[in-house]
Amino acid sequence: MAAKAFRFLRRIPSKDSSCAAESGRSQKMDTDGNAPLIELRNICKIYQMGTEQVHANDGISLKISRGEFVAIVGKSGSGKSTLMNIIGALDVPTEGEYYLDGEDVSHMSEDQLAEIRNKMIGFIFQQYNLLLRDNLLENVELPLLYAGYSKSERKEKAMRSLERVGLADKWFNKPSQLSGGQQQRVSIARALAGNPSLILADEPTGALDSKTSREVLDFLKELNREGNTIIIITHDNSIAMEAKRVVRIKDGKINFDGDVEKYAEFV
Amino acid sequence: MLNSFSLALKSIWSNKMRSFLTMLGIIIGVAAVIILVGLVNGQMSYMKESFSDMGTNLISVNLTNVNSRSVSDEEMYEFYTENIDYFDAMSPNVTVSGTIKSGNESLSSTTITGVSEEYLTLKSMELESGRFIQYSDLASRQKVCVIGYYVATEFYGSAEAALGDTLSINGDRYTIVGTVERQTSDSDEVEEGGSDDFVFIPYTAAVELARNGTINNYTFAMSDVEQTETVKGLLNTFLYSIFKNEDLYSITAMSELLDSLNSMIAMMSMMLGGIGGISLLVAGVGVMNIMLVSVTERTREIGIRNSLGAKRSTIMQQFVIEAAVTSSLGGLMGIALGCGLTGVIGKVIGMTAVPTVGAIAVSFSVSVGIGLLFGYMPASRAAKLNPIDALRSD
Ligand SMILES: Nc1ncnc2c1ncn2[C@@H]1O[C@H](COP(=O)(O)OP(=O)(O)OP(=O)(O)O)[C@@H](O)[C@H]1O
Ligand SMILES: [Mg+2]
Repeated sequence: MAAKAFRFLRRIPSKDSSCAAESGRSQKMDTDGNAPLIELRNICKIYQMGTEQVHANDGISLKISRGEFVAIVGKSGSGKSTLMNIIGALDVPTEGEYYLDGEDVSHMSEDQLAEIRNKMIGFIFQQYNLLLRDNLLENVELPLLYAGYSKSERKEKAMRSLERVGLADKWFNKPSQLSGGQQQRVSIARALAGNPSLILADEPTGALDSKTSREVLDFLKELNREGNTIIIITHDNSIAMEAKRVVRIKDGKINFDGDVEKYAEFV
Repeated sequence: MLNSFSLALKSIWSNKMRSFLTMLGIIIGVAAVIILVGLVNGQMSYMKESFSDMGTNLISVNLTNVNSRSVSDEEMYEFYTENIDYFDAMSPNVTVSGTIKSGNESLSSTTITGVSEEYLTLKSMELESGRFIQYSDLASRQKVCVIGYYVATEFYGSAEAALGDTLSINGDRYTIVGTVERQTSDSDEVEEGGSDDFVFIPYTAAVELARNGTINNYTFAMSDVEQTETVKGLLNTFLYSIFKNEDLYSITAMSELLDSLNSMIAMMSMMLGGIGGISLLVAGVGVMNIMLVSVTERTREIGIRNSLGAKRSTIMQQFVIEAAVTSSLGGLMGIALGCGLTGVIGKVIGMTAVPTVGAIAVSFSVSVGIGLLFGYMPASRAAKLNPIDALRSD
């Protein structure tokens, strides 16, 4: 029901938002030749709530290059998750364009989006989102399964990924036999398994205590040092400080975008 | 495809109890169809066999002889010889009610029938010893008789010992000239009033013994069962020309009885198969229910799979295959159970029941079809879920 409403809404041009006013603007490609990994152009996401329209994202433009470590912060309801869903190709914007590695994702079909998620993006969720009936190896193998790797390739890649998070010796365990921090490490291993261009973490430490939060953040930093592009979404400023760049969202609009040092001054 | 298959198997295995309960309906449905059809089929072949034993080539003619119009045995024989091409044998049947005695022993259960010299051929019986009733016996109303195995053993101990001895029928003395070989199989018991408890005498003598002087029943053996309709027509023309009233005679062909028996049994097996089919349908609704529950339960799983790049068609495939595998596993177990029980039940109620290939094939394909059909709906529901909504659910 809700899904249908979204699809319908995508095609409605809104009249009273900044989105509509700006959507006619001509869009120029980057001129420096070094295309960013992510380019959001005037992204709008409008939800219909009865007769009212909620502008969850209201004209967001953003470029993120390879190797960056970006934190997206904002209060509850500011539109972070909505933006993450769009960046993560789980949803398409009502208006605006989204280029991921030069490809226009904003007008893709369900199946094309599924492929983008599979090949380009590694998700890390607050609730880990592991399959509880499968063991760790099978969990980590999942994205590889949908990518069409053979059984032996799947096993090899998944084991390597589990080794990276230090849980290879527990591969036959079920997620329920692990602590929260370990489960989050498994989900990181799963995110890494397919070697994606972008790692997208929505409140990755939201369900963890401060000690294990620290471990997870340090691990994400290490991954970034190794060259992975990481976007972390959080409502917690102290976690945002761990990133290199901070983007702050308020009422669906960006109200800060800069280095973490500048952000420290800003708040 | 292969992945979906192993995923389905894993999902079934990790929910053993739920899967088994789902299958139970199908197991019972399939087994029921196989058992019911097997029993009906066994009964059918048994009845057919006993009918063929009686002779499918026989036509029985019953007459209601009234004073003004009647058919004599001479007239009947005339008809018979005129149309001999159609027939193998013919015999009047005169049933005499009474008691037979030998010495101090007597039997009242014994069937006493007056027959012609062709009766043995007609009934496809064989002699054990001596001779059968001959034409000369008929002509001279000889007081001779041919007895069944039961009478021979009961009165004289053996078929040989009976020859030449006499027995009295309602007080008249008859010489035993022959015995008929045992009709029941060796394993069965020879019973009083059974198919070995009979005495044949010349029909001419029987008419006298019965004291009403008329013959009301004739049996014809056709040379070709295919000609049943023609022969019935001939008999009808002949009898109508004398009686001028169709109510005074009846012509019954055994093969027709067999036909109506067959169609009756076919109807029964269809009806019982239908009952089994309904139980299969109910089982299908059960499969759908469980699949729907499983989709709701696993919404989050679907969301996770979707976020990791599973396409809708892939998720759909997983659920449809899960339903199909569940129901075909149930179907296989149902076949095993049904085949096993058919024999056991058949033995218990004392008839040969054999599971038919048709029932197995139909019930199995129906159960798989039901699995696919009723698995499809929940599967398409699963596939249509929005990944964001699916991830948010718990
Ligand atoms: N499916 C939806 N239907 C209608 N409105 C929605 C839907 N999803 C989000 N919204 C609205 O859009 C706005 C932004 O929501 P979003 O979930 O992006 O916020 P958030 O920044 O992630 O908040 P939190 O920190 O609490 O997770 C909110 O006002 C929310 O009510
Ligand atoms: Mg959120």
